[in-house]
Amino acid sequence: MYKIAVIGDRESVLGFMALGFSVFAVTGKEEAEDTLVKLAKEDYAVIYITESVFQKIQDTVDRYKDSTIPAILPIPGKEGSLGLGMANVKKSVERAVGADILFRDE
Amino acid sequence: MAVKLLPVNPTRMEMTKLKKRLVTSRRGHKLLKDKRDDLMRKFLELVRRNKELREQVEAMILASHKNFQIAAAVTSPENMHEALMFPKQSVKLKISYRNVMSVNVPRFSFQMSSDDPQNIYPYGYAFTSGELDASIEALSKALPLLLELAEAEKSAQMLAQEIEKTRRRVNALEHVMIPQLEDTIKSIRMKLGENERGNLSRLMKVKDMMLEEARQAKRKLMEEGIAAYQSMH
Repeated sequence: MYKIAVIGDRESVLGFMALGFSVFAVTGKEEAEDTLVKLAKEDYAVIYITESVFQKIQDTVDRYKDSTIPAILPIPGKEGSLGLGMANVKKSVERAVGADILFRDE
Repeated sequence: MAVKLLPVNPTRMEMTKLKKRLVTSRRGHKLLKDKRDDLMRKFLELVRRNKELREQVEAMILASHKNFQIAAAVTSPENMHEALMFPKQSVKLKISYRNVMSVNVPRFSFQMSSDDPQNIYPYGYAFTSGELDASIEALSKALPLLLELAEAEKSAQMLAQEIEKTRRRVNALEHVMIPQLEDTIKSIRMKLGENERGNLSRLMKVKDMMLEEARQAKRKLMEEGIAAYQSMH
């Protein structure tokens, strides 16, 4: 049985606690990285990370890009959407197609 | 484009082998191309869904954050943490795999510990504000979509990787392997032809030499005959 984790700053992630997600409030970059690496080893299948933190630890996140689990996704934090999630989708389109064909008209 | 030839001996045996490899390469190229095209079709479907889901989920989470901020402003952090500390809900996640063009993508199915949508608030209502309720409710509505998003986004990423890999293979076959094999076969054929011609002209030369020798021997014989005849008379 797998679990779901949320990593981010305290105010952004606290609400997810009520849903039964495992919540990890982090502050610094190292702390976030360590948490992610630790969670990836355990049986967390989905890890949501707030965008502001996601941005800082992109390199660590990319390590898990090609494995089936965990799925690591950016979600908007309390600062509002930074457009990072969409940028990620866009990036995978570019990787596959070689050009951006989905977001062209925006 | 100058292609480097394969380092093989120019023999008929090698040529047969290379021809077989060329046929295999051509077939592989065609298959991989089909695979790439189909992967691409599936990927585009998936990524469109991915985009839609992400838009929805982000809007929902943002709405939840807004309420949460208001709630956090009127409630002390200790109370807030206390209120949320022991969730009533727990989510159990199951993973199964789906095979999309030989890529194993995850499928998440989840189960909430309680199905009652009214029963999601892990706190009494006395010490918290109404905005917190709204925030939690919005999040809990976003939950199925969040998981669907995770599934779609992960699948899209994995398909993207597979497409990239397949595209590289197609290109390698198309632009390196196949021309290389073709050129090597061509050069072997030319070398063999060259040898053939060299051999033929040598044979002709030998035949000429042999004919010449035979003619000389015959003449010598005749001269000897004539000399013998003259000496008799």
